Amino acid sequence: MKEKILKGKVWIITNNKNELVPDIDTDQIFHNAFLHITEIEKMGQHAFGNLEGWKDFPEKCTSGDIILVGDNFGAGSSRQQAVDCFKALGVSAIIAGSYGAIYKRNAINSGFPIISIESLEELVKNKEIENKDEIELDLLNGKLKNLSNNKIFKFDPLSKVQKDIWEKGSLLKI
Amino acid sequence: MSKNTVIEKIFKNHSDEEIIPGKIVWIDLDVVTARDFGGPNVVKNFNHYYNGEEVFDRSKVFFTFDLTVPPKTIQYANNQMLCRSFAKEKGLKVFDIDKGIGTHTLIENGLAVPGKIVVGTDSHMNILGAVNSFGQGMGDIDITFGFRQGRTWFEVPETVKVEIEGDTSYNYNGKDLVLKVLDVLKTDKVLGKSVEFYGEPIEKLDLTGRITFLSMITEMGGIIGFIPFTDSVREELIQMSGLENIPEEIIADKNAVYSEIIKIDISDIEGMVSAPPYPHNSKKISEIGKVEIDFGFVGSCTNGRVDDIRKLWSILKGKKISEGVKLSVVPATIEVYKQLMNEGILKDLMDSGAIISNPGCGGCAQGHIGMTGKGEVMVSTGNRNFPGKQGDGFNYLASPEIVAYSVLNGFISDREK
Repeated sequence: MKEKILKGKVWIITNNKNELVPDIDTDQIFHNAFLHITEIEKMGQHAFGNLEGWKDFPEKCTSGDIILVGDNFGAGSSRQQAVDCFKALGVSAIIAGSYGAIYKRNAINSGFPIISIESLEELVKNKEIENKDEIELDLLNGKLKNLSNNKIFKFDPLSKVQKDIWEKGSLLKI
Repeated sequence: MSKNTVIEKIFKNHSDEEIIPGKIVWIDLDVVTARDFGGPNVVKNFNHYYNGEEVFDRSKVFFTFDLTVPPKTIQYANNQMLCRSFAKEKGLKVFDIDKGIGTHTLIENGLAVPGKIVVGTDSHMNILGAVNSFGQGMGDIDITFGFRQGRTWFEVPETVKVEIEGDTSYNYNGKDLVLKVLDVLKTDKVLGKSVEFYGEPIEKLDLTGRITFLSMITEMGGIIGFIPFTDSVREELIQMSGLENIPEEIIADKNAVYSEIIKIDISDIEGMVSAPPYPHNSKKISEIGKVEIDFGFVGSCTNGRVDDIRKLWSILKGKKISEGVKLSVVPATIEVYKQLMNEGILKDLMDSGAIISNPGCGGCAQGHIGMTGKGEVMVSTGNRNFPGKQGDGFNYLASPEIVAYSVLNGFISDREK
């Protein structure tokens, strides 16, 4: 059985003004210079390799970490590597206000939990979640608990298709 | 009486399920493609999960190589070889490295026609909205599934109706118009939506202008866009597709239900450019001040048609580009290339100082036809100007006309100095 409750440390992907960076496109996540790479284990080192201030993310990240990102995350290209590079690093989930449409499909299809919280920007601004806080994500009940301050936030639980794919690990196992 | 939008009607024709916005349904696919990017992983996935099995329908599955053509590195050469040998084994057609941009090749080969659902590993598949197809970019897992199953899941998108209005004496083109609209819609207004555009100022665009306009739905975060056909657009499509006839266009029902109706007045439109660092940072050319340039680029799935390059030529003909400025031109497909060659346009462009490349995604795919160095400025007809996309410099997006005047003057402009 899949772990239904994920627990991990969060990285809040902010700019130098401590705001969530919106519209991070797939070239900032996984640059087109590396599109020839087809082995997932070689993708992790390039995650955020073109995002100002976060180029050292692959060294900082540890397995099980969760990333919080700005609206329209993963805009741009259809490259699966922009999802796979995070899987390669062991990132367990992504939380954003919204996603690029193709990015969202790619994540769902590879059984990677991505979660939308519309008010994410507010939560970050009001410091209800801070960098490196430990959080707990209850994927099927749509609950995020910040273990550092015990606050609870709601999100839409996984949809049926998303849950089916996530349980099997890939669309290709359906 | 049905009250469906264009996308809902296309879905209805491809599904047994009830089609309601927000609902996840299974839809049948008409054409499933993979490029030399994405394709290698499709092959790997297919061999892993469906080892020894066949694709769902050989006449509907294609490879279209356009990203790195010919391959610039050994890895790309190997990736293309992998796809070719898979295609041979499964009996699939490959539009190989000589053909040009996949989406355009699909139109030219009559594979993307009104009412069809066409998917591929290209985020600008939605240019196919210009021919009334539902084109959708997908990652390699999605496409692997499509190769084998011929169907996929899809959340029925809501539809936004955008009414474009306003009179102007400015002779704008598809790129000016889309950058103007992008300035209003940004990336949040139609995120994840299908968009129907109406109004004389947009319906008068020809097929080339529509391809330009609708390719940038991606940069608005939208799923797909549609503009009602005119008789002349239908004629242009028949010509471009090489078909004798094409299916009826899918149009929205009179009482179709839209999630939102947005009116956009374009009466103050002028030459538009999108300044770095992102496409929706679009501005009137009069607002950006004097921006000196190092590079010009005309091409891409957004502006690589014959008429786009002809516009560049009509401005540059008999003149030299500004000292120190470099200009690259990449026709979208081999058909475009041949026509430009036959008309003598390529020769004239070379005489003006242009570098002409073989057709494909060069210019957007990194490194294929040059990049900017640190701090250098490029004015490009591409569709993205995110940091690092085309080098270490700054990238402004604009129409072929603006690129033409800019390379003549040495700074971004929409007229001769």
